[in-house]
Formats: sequence, structure tokens, C-alpha cells
Amino acid sequence: MSPLHLCLAFSSLLFAVGLTGALARGNSILVLLGLELMLNAANLNFIAFWRFGPHGSPATGVVFVLFAIAVAAAETAVGLALIISMYRHQRNIRLPEATRLKG
Amino acid sequence: MNAALILIALATLGTAAVAMAGRNLLHSVILLAATWTGIAVFYLWAGAQFVAFAQVLVYLGAISMVVLFAVLLTRRAREESVAGPELKSRTFFSVLAGLAVAVVLLAAGASAPLAVSSGPAPEVTVRDLGVLLMGPDAAALLVAGVLLTIALIGAVVLAAGSGPDEGEDAP
Repeated sequence: MSPLHLCLAFSSLLFAVGLTGALARGNSILVLLGLELMLNAANLNFIAFWRFGPHGSPATGVVFVLFAIAVAAAETAVGLALIISMYRHQRNIRLPEATRLKG
Repeated sequence: MNAALILIALATLGTAAVAMAGRNLLHSVILLAATWTGIAVFYLWAGAQFVAFAQVLVYLGAISMVVLFAVLLTRRAREESVAGPELKSRTFFSVLAGLAVAVVLLAAGASAPLAVSSGPAPEVTVRDLGVLLMGPDAAALLVAGVLLTIALIGAVVLAAGSGPDEGEDAP
């Protein structure tokens, strides 16, 4: 089995773990962390193909992952602000109980 | 070379799975910091040092701290950083969906005819990255900067609250 196939298996499993966590958990912080794991799995693929794939321009994969990390940071900041806002409205951060749009 | 990769993968996946399954939120956040460290080690293994440093700075330095703050700010009592029990059926179908996605992705990855180049990692120095980010990718860098600024302003507006009557129902 080539290293590229191993990397793909690694990122597939990490994506599946993140997806399972995001679907299964009711706590919104854990859902957000599951989303982060899925984003990280995608970044793993970029680096794997950058390292082992056929080479075009040498820095494409690295630059793409850097921008993906920046976007993930922005997403986490907004997500956690939403969670804190949700906590302020209903004293609870469990998603199954978040059934009102206006608190 | 493959043995190191398998070790990194097992450590990363193990910590991620335990973090996603755990009851205690603080333990989950700390385990996820270990997961992100494992991913940074994978980047180092693949030869992308700059991305590994960015991963450590952004994920370990910033995101895990912000998540820890959120966990500590959104609990009412000391024992309340424990996530409540989940519905059995919900857990069952989530694991089913996760397994199905894993099987599909693994099958697709294993059967794909991939052209693997076994040569050394492509040389990308920090200088190359800087030239790229300031030259051909400058527009993307500007867009990322605007996105981060807007996201942070939005986060402050969302989290800052709205009026003087905030907190009157605080415990």
C-alpha cells in the first residue's frame, strides 16, 4: 500500500469520526469541534496530494491549506460567539433544546 | 516511512474518537488538542513545516484556547461541563452514517488509480510562500484578511450582548 493511499485512508477515517461526532452529539461545542475535525481531514488530503501526487506548481497545496486554516479560524470564532449568545438566551447550549429562533 | 504514518494516524484517530465519544467537555477539548498536535506531526512527516507551524499556532494556540473559554463560560456549576446523555437512536444512526461514509471514502480511496511520485517532498521555503502570497496570490490573501476581520467583528457583536438588562436572570 502506497503512502498516498494510507494518507487517504487516514483522512477518510478522520472525516468519518468528525461526521459521527457532529451528528451524534447534542452539545453545540462538540458539534463545532466535529466540524473542525472534518475540515482538518480535508487539509490532510491537500498535503497528501501535494507531497505524493504529480507535481504542478510546487507550493499549491501548502498555500491552499494555509487559507483553509484561516477560514477555519474565522468559522470557529463566529461559531463560539453564536454558542455564547445562545447560552445567554436560554442558559443552555444543547442543540435539541434550541428550538426558538428569537430568545 | 509507513510505520511512522500509521503510528501518527492511530494516535490522531484514537484521540479524536475518544474526544467525540467522551462525557466531559474539558477532557474532550484537551484530547482534541492532542488530535491537532497529531495532525501537525503529520504535516511535519510530509515535509510541510510551515503548515505544521501554522497548525500549531492557529489550532493549539488560538482555537483550543477559544474553545476552552467557551466551555468554561457556558457552564453554570462546577460539575456542569459534562455533556448530557444522548438519545440512543440518534447515536445509533449517527454511527451508522459515519460508518457508511467511512466505507464509501475508504473504498473510493483504495480503488482510485493514483499516480504516486515517490520522490522527495517538493521544496517550498518560507521565502517562496511569501513571494507567492505577495505576488500571484495577493488577492486571496486580501480576501482572507477581510474575511477574518468581518468574522471577528461579527463574533464580538454576537457575543457582546445588546442591552443594559443583560444578566438580570443570572444565577
